[in-house]
Amino acid sequence: MEGDIVEMGKYIGAGLACTGMGGAAVGVGHVVGNYLSGALRNPSAAAGQTATMFIGIAFSEALGIFSFLVALLLMFAV
Amino acid sequence: MADEAKGGGELSFHPMDQFIVKPLFGDGPVGLFTITNVTLWMALTVLCIIGLFVLGTRSRAIVPSRTQSVAELGYGFIYKMVEDVSGKDGVKYFPYIMTLFLFIVFSNFLGLLPRSFTTTSHIAVTAVMAMGVFLFVTILGFVKHGAGFLSLFWISSAPLALRPILALIEVISYFVRPVSHSIRLAGNMMAGHAVIKVFASFAPLVLISTGVGLVVTPLSILAITAIYALEVLVSFIQAYVFAILTCVYLKDALHPHH
Repeated sequence: MEGDIVEMGKYIGAGLACTGMGGAAVGVGHVVGNYLSGALRNPSAAAGQTATMFIGIAFSEALGIFSFLVALLLMFAV
Repeated sequence: MADEAKGGGELSFHPMDQFIVKPLFGDGPVGLFTITNVTLWMALTVLCIIGLFVLGTRSRAIVPSRTQSVAELGYGFIYKMVEDVSGKDGVKYFPYIMTLFLFIVFSNFLGLLPRSFTTTSHIAVTAVMAMGVFLFVTILGFVKHGAGFLSLFWISSAPLALRPILALIEVISYFVRPVSHSIRLAGNMMAGHAVIKVFASFAPLVLISTGVGLVVTPLSILAITAIYALEVLVSFIQAYVFAILTCVYLKDALHPHH
């Protein structure tokens, strides 16, 4: 019985951890959306800022990956 | 994958099975010097890189062949990135960043082949590269600037009262760098491949129950195709992101003063 509750907690926790991915989605969408609106206002400056956009994407995406990692740890390591 | 499932006597398989490290010859335990599938695919990665660049630069024609164009394009792309992000004095470290980028991009692309093994999906592999970058950047910063490198954490443009708090945050974020640097790559590769395999496990449903399978099987095969295309993009972007973040860290080490 106790094992069942621990097992249930693992699955619920892994599922809850996946909500973090929504945050990463919002973050990445915000970065790219703002880049695009800036790029459409001043297309000549856009090419120079693509690298900055990718850095921004990478930073906000990392936190979504962390939530994926927490889910994986709960499923396979705990 | 369907053959594999049939061979096992049932049609389901675990999506994480593809990441198991197993010895290439026999089924002994995996030791420090065991030749495993990781060894094989890393060696293939290195062979592909050598093949592209040795074959590509062999003739050094004025009008480049296709292989030479690819090699030149890759070289120019990374060179420009290093120059743009870390500045003129960062160009000295271009070979290191080029090596990292090529290894990651080739192992990501080789991992997309069916039945292959993605070496970069293992945190053990990416963590070695990320720790290498972290140690290199930290040592370089201290060699170039001595104790002045610590001014990276002391943001002089912020109000004085805020600076200790910001310094704490900066120190924490500095030490999280190797973690996020390695997990970003490994997590992206692992998640993408696992999603492909999850859809692949729905694909043979038509063999079990024709009713549901007639709808689910075509849908899942379409989904595999779409996600595979996305994965080709992600493979390249993640290698690019790894290289560009290395450049950003390098810039911090070369110019720590805000």
